[in-house]
Amino acid sequence: MIITNAKYNKDQDNRICSINCVIDGQAMSVPLDPDNTDYQAILEWVAEGNKIENAD
Amino acid sequence: MTKAAELAKMGEVLTNSQIGGRRNMVINGGCQIDQRNSGSEVIPANNDYFIDRFRYNASQASKLKVQQNAQAISPPEGFSHYLGVTVHSNHTVASSDFFFLTYFVEGFDSAHLNFGKSTAKTITISFYVQSSVTGTFSGSLLNASENRAYPYTYTISSANTWERKTITIAGDTTGTWVGGTNGRGLMLTFSLGMGSNFTGTAGQWNASDDYGATGENVKFVENASAQWKITGVQLEVGSQATPFEHRSFGEELALCQRYFYKTQSDSTFDFFSNGVAISSTLAYNGLSFPCRMRSAPTLTTSGDLRNYRDGGKAITGIAINHTSTYFCVLECTSSGGGLTAGDGNLFGANNDADAAVMFSAEL
Repeated sequence: MIITNAKYNKDQDNRICSINCVIDGQAMSVPLDPDNTDYQAILEWVAEGNKIENAD
Repeated sequence: MTKAAELAKMGEVLTNSQIGGRRNMVINGGCQIDQRNSGSEVIPANNDYFIDRFRYNASQASKLKVQQNAQAISPPEGFSHYLGVTVHSNHTVASSDFFFLTYFVEGFDSAHLNFGKSTAKTITISFYVQSSVTGTFSGSLLNASENRAYPYTYTISSANTWERKTITIAGDTTGTWVGGTNGRGLMLTFSLGMGSNFTGTAGQWNASDDYGATGENVKFVENASAQWKITGVQLEVGSQATPFEHRSFGEELALCQRYFYKTQSDSTFDFFSNGVAISSTLAYNGLSFPCRMRSAPTLTTSGDLRNYRDGGKAITGIAINHTSTYFCVLECTSSGGGLTAGDGNLFGANNDADAAVMFSAEL
């Protein structure tokens, strides 16, 4: 699984609500749900030393 | 089969309570639902889902292609659909290679099997299969941690002929199995060419990640242009394979939508939901899922989308603003402006019948 361009997204209350990223060439928006398998993959990717960009 | 044997079999089925109520733990076992590709042929990447609930796994890219009702042959009697796999670019399987299809049963749906306990139940897997290549194929049943595996084999003796295969497995009384949760309860695989690193002895429980069996002598992916087709996948309690449980299309679709939901455009300017404009370039659009999804889902999109009020504004960016397992708010940006803060907004396709938003909560 190749993850690129991972960046946090904030909601209207300025809270981090999702991660926008590209996984295996597919743009997606991933919720911060530990049961979501894409979020699990991002956490593993971060554990390998990669970084999610801060939200704007 | 003699009359006496038939009666004995019927008695066993009754004893094991295999009749009455829902029997098949596999969703979309009849391959009817294909929300992602609508019957089109695709070359999937590793971990891609294709027809609903079935996932592709491969160590090498672009070797196999998949399609609902590939080559448009006749399905087995009583079926309307099947899944076809065709070798796109044949590949010699190395020890570290793997090519297989996966079906995950959610823990909530498999907990009653009592795997990992002394009371583990016997299960039977059945499916209709055919291939242009004859010989012994394999697959496996694994736990979520992939450290308990029961490899199985089946033989195709006549090319391009539907045959029903049955595998009965005594439940695993040891190992760690996910109970009644929304995690991976069971992992069922169908090998299309397994390297020796991922095969184990068939017909027994092994403490390893065996996605296939050592007895597999057909490495399907090695055969140029070969075809393999499957349908009628059923996993049920007991030691007998009962007839495939046909469910209505609507019921099967609803079951699939716990794991994947795709909005459907019936016209080029169809609408999916509504919301409110937050600024001249941003609208929040709410969307309810048709059922409670397994987890908060991942959002992907296809085609051209728009915010709409007094004319369409093409959407140039979309993200999850809020989501639960039953509702989400999508943050939809129309960078060209034209929205008015506080106004109502419609969200839908922008002159594109293929436009869609998709939500995945697969296992």
